[in-house]
Amino acid sequence: MRNLSGGQSNSPIAVNLARPKSLFWTNLGRNWYKFSRNPLSIIGLVIVLVIIISAIFAPWIAPYPEQAGPFVDFENAGQPPSLQHLCGTDNMGRDIFSRIVFAFRGALIMAIVVLALAVPPGVLLGLIAGYFQGGWIDTVIMRITDIFLAVPPLILALAVASVLEPNLMNAMIAVTLMWWPWYTRLLYGTASSIKNEYFVIAAELTGAGKFHIIFREILPNCLSPIFTKIALDVGWVILIGASLSFVGLGQQPPTPALGQMVSDGARYMPIFWWMTIFPALAIVLILLGFNLMGDGIRDMLERGMG
Amino acid sequence: MTQLGNDEILKAVNLKKYFRIGKDKKGPIFVRAVDGVNFSIKYGETLGLVGESGSGKSTIAYTVVGMYRPTSGQILFKGQNIGMEAVRRPLSLKKEIQIVFQDPSSSLNPEQTVEQILSLPLRLHTRTPKRQFKEKMVELLEKVELPSDYLYKLPLSIGGGEKQMVAIARALASNPSLIVLDEPTSALDVSIQAKVINKLMNLQKELNLTYLFITHDLSLERNVASRIVIMYLGKICEVADAATFFEKPLHPYTQMLISSVPVITEEEEKLKPKKIVSIGEIGSPVNPPSGCSFHPRCPYRMPICSEVDPEMIEVSPGHIVRCHLFSRPEKTDSKGV
Amino acid sequence: METKENILLNIKNLHVWYRVYGGYLKVLNGVNLIVREGERVGLVGEAGCGKTTTMKSILQILPPGDFLIPKGEIYYKGKDILKMNFSEIQRLRSKEIAMIFQDPTAALNPVFTIGTQIGDVIKYSIALEEKKVYKEKLKILSARALKEAYLPDPERMLVNYPFQLSGGMRQRTCIAMAISSSRNLLIADEPGTSLDVTIQDQILHLLKEIVEKMGASIILITHSLGVAREMTDRIYVMYAGTIVETALTKDLFKNPVHPYTKGLLASVPKLSGGGIARGIPGRIPDYLNPPQGCRFQPRCEHSTSSCAENPPQFFEVEEGHLVACYLAQR
Repeated sequence: MRNLSGGQSNSPIAVNLARPKSLFWTNLGRNWYKFSRNPLSIIGLVIVLVIIISAIFAPWIAPYPEQAGPFVDFENAGQPPSLQHLCGTDNMGRDIFSRIVFAFRGALIMAIVVLALAVPPGVLLGLIAGYFQGGWIDTVIMRITDIFLAVPPLILALAVASVLEPNLMNAMIAVTLMWWPWYTRLLYGTASSIKNEYFVIAAELTGAGKFHIIFREILPNCLSPIFTKIALDVGWVILIGASLSFVGLGQQPPTPALGQMVSDGARYMPIFWWMTIFPALAIVLILLGFNLMGDGIRDMLERGMG
Repeated sequence: MTQLGNDEILKAVNLKKYFRIGKDKKGPIFVRAVDGVNFSIKYGETLGLVGESGSGKSTIAYTVVGMYRPTSGQILFKGQNIGMEAVRRPLSLKKEIQIVFQDPSSSLNPEQTVEQILSLPLRLHTRTPKRQFKEKMVELLEKVELPSDYLYKLPLSIGGGEKQMVAIARALASNPSLIVLDEPTSALDVSIQAKVINKLMNLQKELNLTYLFITHDLSLERNVASRIVIMYLGKICEVADAATFFEKPLHPYTQMLISSVPVITEEEEKLKPKKIVSIGEIGSPVNPPSGCSFHPRCPYRMPICSEVDPEMIEVSPGHIVRCHLFSRPEKTDSKGV
Repeated sequence: METKENILLNIKNLHVWYRVYGGYLKVLNGVNLIVREGERVGLVGEAGCGKTTTMKSILQILPPGDFLIPKGEIYYKGKDILKMNFSEIQRLRSKEIAMIFQDPTAALNPVFTIGTQIGDVIKYSIALEEKKVYKEKLKILSARALKEAYLPDPERMLVNYPFQLSGGMRQRTCIAMAISSSRNLLIADEPGTSLDVTIQDQILHLLKEIVEKMGASIILITHSLGVAREMTDRIYVMYAGTIVETALTKDLFKNPVHPYTKGLLASVPKLSGGGIARGIPGRIPDYLNPPQGCRFQPRCEHSTSSCAENPPQFFEVEEGHLVACYLAQR
């Protein structure tokens, strides 16, 4: 069989058509290049990896793992930062550094669960509303979305969380309820502009059904903004989670939660500053890491030169 | 009662497509994209449609293919009336009429491999069992001279000409009878255009296809079309077979267009009508000039031209002109009047 | 033939590389190009051949940080542009060389009026000499520039926004901006390509007239050989970052020598009919790992093994007609 440059290829069809591995991995080098153009993205990635590894291996990383649970040692309470207690001890004598490391767990779990629950329905609704733009489906979906978006997010979360029993599970439910509409909005805009592209029209003209158009033609072109947003959202979900635990809704003591630690330590300011500042810095670090990494992911997924 | 001649695969009868863009005191405002057009395409021929922006040529293409529904008038395909949007057309009709768009970068899904792109028409329009898909796709790629390993490539790793070949392969996948080509090579370089055009012409002979070929490039149309229709502001100005169109253009707009084509040989220079540098801007299809819509720019305009829209007159067999210069009983040769 | 006296622009052995994943795209591989005073020079080539890169190098508007110029000089009136400091380049851009971009819609800022945009151009060019320019004077100069480009009703045009203008009028505005202060060299990148053929015709005629009136030189970049034939005195044919052939326009069409030029000319559909040639097999080289020798060699049906070893130098086949091909030397 001839090809355009005139060469011959006479291998049988079976050999010729071995499907190459997923394109993401073959392009790993190129993707890394795009990601690492900005050194800040690498810093973000490092921070995120540190957080994730700390969370997974908390019992081995934390110097005093037992102090992240029910533990009191009033003799050691209120110790400033030292070599034995890198972030000092809190009012109950617990090592703050260990508690922070364990608190990462709750934070990450919340982010994973919330996004896993909020993204699929949000995306689905946005796709459908975007594809049927102008019709009644669009109106119904987007006005419901508007309602959820109109309520100030934290108040919605507080309302839901206070009606239900305060625990991690219910805090996650509350945050999920206020998170999905952002994805609907995102997909609505993206899908409604993609549906006018010629390749979608070509598929429609040849007789493709709506399912195929929405999920096989439009959705694959929406993945970049979705994944970028997910990466950036992890930090923000954790922040909202911290806000909830700050007011006592969410992870209940003695399990450590960053917001709760900030709130507990606040009343000992400014003398015992380390009780609030270090948990607060931990929150900042999480947000910083995921934001910087998210920027890098956006650079990586953008279609462009190179 | 409009009937198709035996050799006509497509016929448009007084086809109109208006787009409503708002209203003012006098009533709704329309863009008269296609304003009463009659033409037909014979089996196996290539009908060339030329014109500038606002002429309506793309609108006609899109209406034939089902992107738009005609405002009035009829389109007949193999005897059937197809004046409806694609969603309302039966699958068997969608199989028969395919389109190749101008820019392959936007007509191929950037997130789909060639395999996925080709599998859609194969799935919908052929009875090929799934396990034979790959074989069929390789056959299609061979027809457009692309190697089989292109199946797993994404459009971004394929060059412009090759992307267009993929678009052509996609159109061929359903075994159509009529292919509408909307400026298929305008986005390509001249040496790649040559490859693609040659391939299209060969495929036409091989597979007995009929083409509706739209372009603004007159030199290209000269070598591709068997008959040519030229349009201005939604109306046909002239229809002729390719040789006559270029050797004896009658309509002033035709002459103006041909005279502004940049050519590269002396031979072609001699063929061009006397140079008419166009005056003014192309008219607007929202508010077309009264009478003959070309009259503001026409060097030969007469008083009647701003009042009455001329009829289509058959000046000689197959050569039709819509111009008052030819509405008179004595026919004058407009070249050098 | 190079008479040293009236050479305006002299690009010598220009190499430009772009930084990408995996190394460098060695796009320009020794470009040599000369423009004399009052000359109309055409730069013809297909997509990806490097003509836009060459032009951007002249005006120093390559994407910052991502490119490298390992070799070569660009002399304008005897001074090397690549060694100029910022204020010299500014002066060059506002008083000497002007570029007219391909897509007039993208070249005009949609949120400012025509008057503001053309006024800005004039203001900055005058500001380099005088301190201040009065609004009234600016308006007069702007209207005058628009009139030069045959825009109807220039005073009223000043308050219009780009979206209110047709494609042809926008291109005229860009041309007016380019000629608003006297220039010695215009660079027109595919003028009128995005416009209809009759309007493109008008624009090309306008350019012809303006260049004659101003006594300026013009580099016309185009992929259309027909346009080059009508509008230029001399042509450079470019392929894959090198000039493969250059001659007086009439000589090039009468007697093309390089296989690429010949292939290109054969691929152009003729108004007289006769079908189209088969095109040129193959594709443009991978700039990441370009061929060591002649860059056209992989696609050339006349190539020999020596073609692949070293890039060919210019060889003069007749006066003023240079070809970079070993074939020409035989």
